Amino acid sequence: MAVATPPAATVPATVPATVRRRRPSGVQLAEWRDGWLFALPFILGVLIFWVGPMLYSLFLVTQDWDMLGTPKFVGLGNLRLILEDPLVFKSLLNTAYYTFIGVPIQLTLALLLALALNVPLRGRSIYRTIFYLPAITPVVASAVVWNQIFNADFGVFNVVLRSIGLPGVKWLFEPAAAKPAFILMSLWIIGPQMVIFLAGLQNVPVELLEAAQIDGASTWQRFFSITLPILSPVIFFNLIIGIIASLQVFTNAFVMTNGGPQNSTLFMVLYVYLNGFRLFKMGFAATLAWMLFWIIMVFTFLQFKLSGRWVYYETKV
Amino acid sequence: MTATTADSAPAKEVTRTPKLIGRRRTSLGHGILHVALIVWGITFLVPLLWMLSTSLKTSGQVFILPVQWIPKNPQWSNYQEIFKILPLTSFMRNSLFVTAMGTLGTVFSSLLVGYSLARLRWPGREVVFAMLVATMMLPGIVTLIPTFILYTRLGWVDTFLPLFVPSWFGTPFYIFMMRQFMIGLPYELEEAARIDGASSIRILTTIIVPLCGPAIAAVAIFSALAHYNDFLGPLIYLSTNDRFTIPLGLQWYAGRYGNFWHLVMAASTVALVPVMVLFFVAQRYFVRGIVLSGLGGR
Repeated sequence: MAVATPPAATVPATVPATVRRRRPSGVQLAEWRDGWLFALPFILGVLIFWVGPMLYSLFLVTQDWDMLGTPKFVGLGNLRLILEDPLVFKSLLNTAYYTFIGVPIQLTLALLLALALNVPLRGRSIYRTIFYLPAITPVVASAVVWNQIFNADFGVFNVVLRSIGLPGVKWLFEPAAAKPAFILMSLWIIGPQMVIFLAGLQNVPVELLEAAQIDGASTWQRFFSITLPILSPVIFFNLIIGIIASLQVFTNAFVMTNGGPQNSTLFMVLYVYLNGFRLFKMGFAATLAWMLFWIIMVFTFLQFKLSGRWVYYETKV
Repeated sequence: MTATTADSAPAKEVTRTPKLIGRRRTSLGHGILHVALIVWGITFLVPLLWMLSTSLKTSGQVFILPVQWIPKNPQWSNYQEIFKILPLTSFMRNSLFVTAMGTLGTVFSSLLVGYSLARLRWPGREVVFAMLVATMMLPGIVTLIPTFILYTRLGWVDTFLPLFVPSWFGTPFYIFMMRQFMIGLPYELEEAARIDGASSIRILTTIIVPLCGPAIAAVAIFSALAHYNDFLGPLIYLSTNDRFTIPLGLQWYAGRYGNFWHLVMAASTVALVPVMVLFFVAQRYFVRGIVLSGLGGR
């Protein structure tokens, strides 16, 4: 963790000794006060929007409440409901499918694009703009567009498939095709990952690549033994962010399928939403949210644990 | 790439030919790359082109195969019609209001807290910074239900307050970005002012903020995009039709009149206009901002 410059080094030598002895305490106190004061919005924010809600949510876990009547204590009843509800398991599986198949493909394509755009091509910035554009499109707008694109009769996908002699697919109306459709759509929004990879590629020292080239290393060898290891912290970053975001997918599913067909796109957050804001089962929804919370935390923790094996840090102390 | 070609060239000519062959290989490689990127780029543009072209069709043309990418007699009147059917002007006003208030709050709080964490020394700072990093990683889903209940108690449901007030307390991610940027600024300027007795707030506003242009731009852009594009927040908190934001209004319309493809696409195009304008006006800050956010933390 980077820390600001130590205080001693910044005190100019020209300050008279007497001043140096007396002044720091006053100045320091003022700095302490300002530090706290300036950080106060965030500290309050954490208390109001994180700590408070999380504690309250823990309380909700033990309650059966529809926001109208009085909450009823049910102990671990909500947990039992979760274990008994087949849709919970279904939504877990759906989310896992979407995340663990989708994210690796997203990262691979983003890396490929970044490698291609790292070559000094003419018009690089135009390509970069085109690949980035989908990421700024409002999710609802893209969901509405992709809804039409996946249309079985008039959507682009099936028009293309039929034109090369393949049968069309009822993308969003067939349980087996709906999740792949969502993954396909997610591959359209890889602009941010691509730009992060591009920035990471700037850290790969050209001298090293040239030296390896002179020693006769092939393009592949150079990629796998130089570029990839140096890029690994950036891959790790993209992986963590990608998985956290993907496990919390909501808007696409809500707008395009609302969980259907046959619950095949019922993802975790969507199920939390439906329970909390459609059925007003606040206790159950809070319990579900906690479950998802721990799943995400465990995955993030595991990735940090495993990262030691494959992430290479140049400046490891 | 050059070396491998040079190796395969006859030994005698090594001094003369490798460069030439190399250049030819490179331009061939570039050509292939261009073709690949153009094909890939066009696929990426298809959804947006589809949106635009469908928005200019008649309801009949929409269902004509093969797809007419450039519609005959573009129906610009679709846009007039969608503004008549939907209160798009008030959706847009609501969205811009929420976006402006949220972005102002984000910039204000990230400057203040970022400065405190980057350049002021006070006991407990490391703890607060650890809290910042932790909240960046915490999945927000766990606070969804309890914060909704909190806002219900406060009577804030069906107002814009839940959509932008939290930003004034700071969003961890943007504070982090700002802190990373401020840590890199030289210390001498500030130190001189401090010895002259300038207060922290004065140093922040007159010395630090003017140097933070790129970071402020990046934070403002990302925050504006996030507020404008937010869907879950408006979905949960807004219930009266004329208080809807653009994304919520669009979803509401598409959910009921999804069969009017041309009108749905016209509304989507309208929704896209503000972010496109922002993107093209501030493009260079986008890349810088992503780099700042993506690489600062490792």
